Amino acid sequence: MASAGPARREQSTPSLRRTFSWQRTREQFIQGGLFCCALLSIVTTLSIIYVLVTEAIVSLPPDTSFFQEIGLVEFFSETRWTPQYAEEQRHYGILPLLCGTLLITGISGLIGLPAGLMIAIYLSEYATPRTRSLCKPMLELLAGIPTIVYGYFALKVLTPFFIVPVFKHTFGLSVGGFNALAGGIVVGIMIIPMVASLSEDVLRAVPNSLREAGYALGSTKFDVSAKIVVPSALSGILASFLLALSRSIGETMAVAIASTGQPALTLNPLDAIQTMTIFIVNVMQGEVVAGSTLEKSLYAVALVLFIITLGMNMVSQMVLARYREVYQ
Amino acid sequence: MALVKAFTQFVEPPSSPVTDVAQGAAPGARPPKLETVQMGFFYGLNQALRDVSLKINERAVTALIGPSGCGKSTYLRSLNRMNDIIEGTRVSGKVMLDGEDIYAKDVDVVSLRKRIGMVFQKSTPFPKSIFDNVAFGPRIAGLTDKAKLTEIVEQSLQRAALWNEAKDRLRDSAMALSGGQQQRLCIARALATSPEVLLMDEPASALDPASTSRIEDLIFELKQNYTIVIVTHNMQQAARISEVTAFFCMGRLVEVGQTKQLFTNPIQKETEDYITGRFG
Repeated sequence: MASAGPARREQSTPSLRRTFSWQRTREQFIQGGLFCCALLSIVTTLSIIYVLVTEAIVSLPPDTSFFQEIGLVEFFSETRWTPQYAEEQRHYGILPLLCGTLLITGISGLIGLPAGLMIAIYLSEYATPRTRSLCKPMLELLAGIPTIVYGYFALKVLTPFFIVPVFKHTFGLSVGGFNALAGGIVVGIMIIPMVASLSEDVLRAVPNSLREAGYALGSTKFDVSAKIVVPSALSGILASFLLALSRSIGETMAVAIASTGQPALTLNPLDAIQTMTIFIVNVMQGEVVAGSTLEKSLYAVALVLFIITLGMNMVSQMVLARYREVYQ
Repeated sequence: MALVKAFTQFVEPPSSPVTDVAQGAAPGARPPKLETVQMGFFYGLNQALRDVSLKINERAVTALIGPSGCGKSTYLRSLNRMNDIIEGTRVSGKVMLDGEDIYAKDVDVVSLRKRIGMVFQKSTPFPKSIFDNVAFGPRIAGLTDKAKLTEIVEQSLQRAALWNEAKDRLRDSAMALSGGQQQRLCIARALATSPEVLLMDEPASALDPASTSRIEDLIFELKQNYTIVIVTHNMQQAARISEVTAFFCMGRLVEVGQTKQLFTNPIQKETEDYITGRFG
């Protein structure tokens, strides 16, 4: 507006040349500020990667990073993880931690993925708008419960009143007060809202014309849901599964309370286990000598965790991108 | 057993003497395939159709024309109870298929829709292979015999004039077909459940002229064996393919008659105004 001033007075064609204006300066400041905000998240990610890599993989001489002390082969093939033990008994094999994480993720997936998908199908295909408006806030409530409450619930309710009676008293198996099953179940419950809401979004995005075409061929509601809508939204559903599982992998608090024991190479859900995240918490709570192999092992575990979740998120992004292509 | 009967019927379609078609041109000569008696339709409190009484002849094409929002699509969709899907809709009066009220309490909507197939304005291939699209209807009806399915798919594609283009790519995704081919695929898919009546809701309005004329040829072929009701905005199309034309306006059936007579010598002033392009 200010730049138009002198040109307007002459009554001839206004000049196209830029003159100084506060408005444009302000625009540039706003753009710069927003760019800085965006930069912040990138810088944070890059610095995390930098720290993880220099502490775990390569560092400048003297060679002090974790993998310069412990070989990759030992790290991935050794079956004991005892970095906190006395010097001669220390072993650095991540398999027991991976195994614990796998167990928790597996159990939570078995519970959370089908339950979440069924809720999504119900909400998107069966529920009336009224039911949906009642159910969705309930799901959000479930998502809003602090994870530590879930952990406490698993330890104090699930284990003594469900797992012990069923597996110990009925089947005569040995069950500890801390077991992977209790932690896995609550993590499974925790990911239900995520799976349900992400999957519901992709199910609802399936064009109504496909449902009508199905009904016109004599389909029942179940035929339409299971044979048309779900297959059409399959890649979106898979993406939501992957995101939910990567959340399970990273989940710490509930598992730490309900399932933690020694790192163990076991797939028995009734055993106590240790996951990657719990190991990190445990070590941080104790006293760690700066520069010790134990401290650096934290970075190595964190790096593995980072790579797994990053990989799963990237795969789910790719799957989602493919899905978008189909409908546009 | 009913299923087997349905499929044998498919394999050997009832013969269609030319006189049938000629009789189709003389309403009232034989009992109508579909009939609505003083039918009304409500979206909640909104009445979209009132007092529609119309007889639809067997093995003939009945065209429904009228300006946008006149209720012709609503009428078409209530013939196979597709409007049931929409919350808060209600039908009054009677809709009869072979003399049986399809809105009676004990009617099974799923088997009704197997007898009355439908093709939509927008082609709606499922994101599956061409074969699986056509086999969808028979499969949900419980047919699992591979040889029988293959036979039905081939016959349906042939009847929909898509076989020659599709026979070498049955396993390819249906999404890879062109718009006109997708619409013929949808017709093939509807034929695969061997319906008696085919409802078509502006089946060619989204297609180019060449594809449109293929669909019209196809409709001309199909009326030998099927009762066809078609909604169209294109009056030339109605004149080309139909025996009987019904003109709807503002939720009422204004006039129904032999297509030739309705277009050359309409009785109602409103019909004349519409077909001569004075409104609508």
